[in-house]
Amino acid sequence: MAEVKADKVLDCTGLMCPMPVVKTKKALKDLEVGQVLEMVATDPGSMPDMQAWAKQTGHELLEAKDLGDKFVFFIKKTH
Amino acid sequence: MAENGTKKLALIASKGTLDWAYPPFILASAAASMDWDVGIFFTFYGLPLLKKEINAKVSPLGNPAMPMKMPFGGEGLQKVNWPIPNLLMANLPGFEDAATALMKKLFKSKNVATIEELREMCVEMDVKLIGCQMTMDVFGFTKEDFIEEAEIGGAAAFLSYAADANITLFI
Repeated sequence: MAEVKADKVLDCTGLMCPMPVVKTKKALKDLEVGQVLEMVATDPGSMPDMQAWAKQTGHELLEAKDLGDKFVFFIKKTH
Repeated sequence: MAENGTKKLALIASKGTLDWAYPPFILASAAASMDWDVGIFFTFYGLPLLKKEINAKVSPLGNPAMPMKMPFGGEGLQKVNWPIPNLLMANLPGFEDAATALMKKLFKSKNVATIEELREMCVEMDVKLIGCQMTMDVFGFTKEDFIEEAEIGGAAAFLSYAADANITLFI
C-alpha cells in the first residue's frame, strides 16, 4: 500500500481524553474535503476513541497505527 | 435524534465539586467533536459551573473512596493510596483546599484539561448551556453572574430539548 500523505499534522501527544478528538475536529475545519490530517497522540484511549469518532462523524480513518509509545492516525475529511 | 437526523446528547449537571464537574464537560465536548447536538442543563449545585470564574473544589467528605494519590515523588510513591479517615478530613481546617490543590496538581501532571478549558471547548463547539431559573432564584444568582453563552430555562425547557435526544444522563 502506498504511504498515506498528510496535508496537515496535529500533535496531541501528552493530551488526555477528550482533547485528541476535540482537537481533531477543530483541525479538520481548516482542511478541504478529500485532504488528510495526521494526528499523533500518546493517550492509549485515543485508539478506540478515534475509531468511534470516525464512525460517528463519517470522516474516513485511513490508518490507525499503534507504535507502542504513541499512536498515529490518518483521517480523510469526507464532508 | 434531532429533526435533521443529527444525534443528540442531553445532560443534567447537578453537582458542583471539581471531580463531578468533569464528566458533563468531557462527555459534552467529546459528543460535540462528533458533530452531535449537545445541551447541558445546570441545576442545583451544578449551576455555579456556569459562573464566569469557576471555583469548584474537591469535597473529601462523603467521598471515602477518593484516592489521595501524590502528584509528585517517585513512581512507587505515586501509586500509593493515602487513606484518610473522614473524621479527620471533616475537622482539619483547610483540608478541602489542600485536597483541591492536590487534585488539580495531579490532573495537571497527567495533562488533563482544566474545567475552564473544557467549558471553553464546549462553547466553541456550540454546546447549549442552560442554567436552571429556579436554582438561580433560590441561590440568588443573576444572569450577569454567568458566562454570556449561558441560556436560562426551566424543567420544561430541558425536557423539550431532551425529548428527542439519543442519550440523556443525570450527573
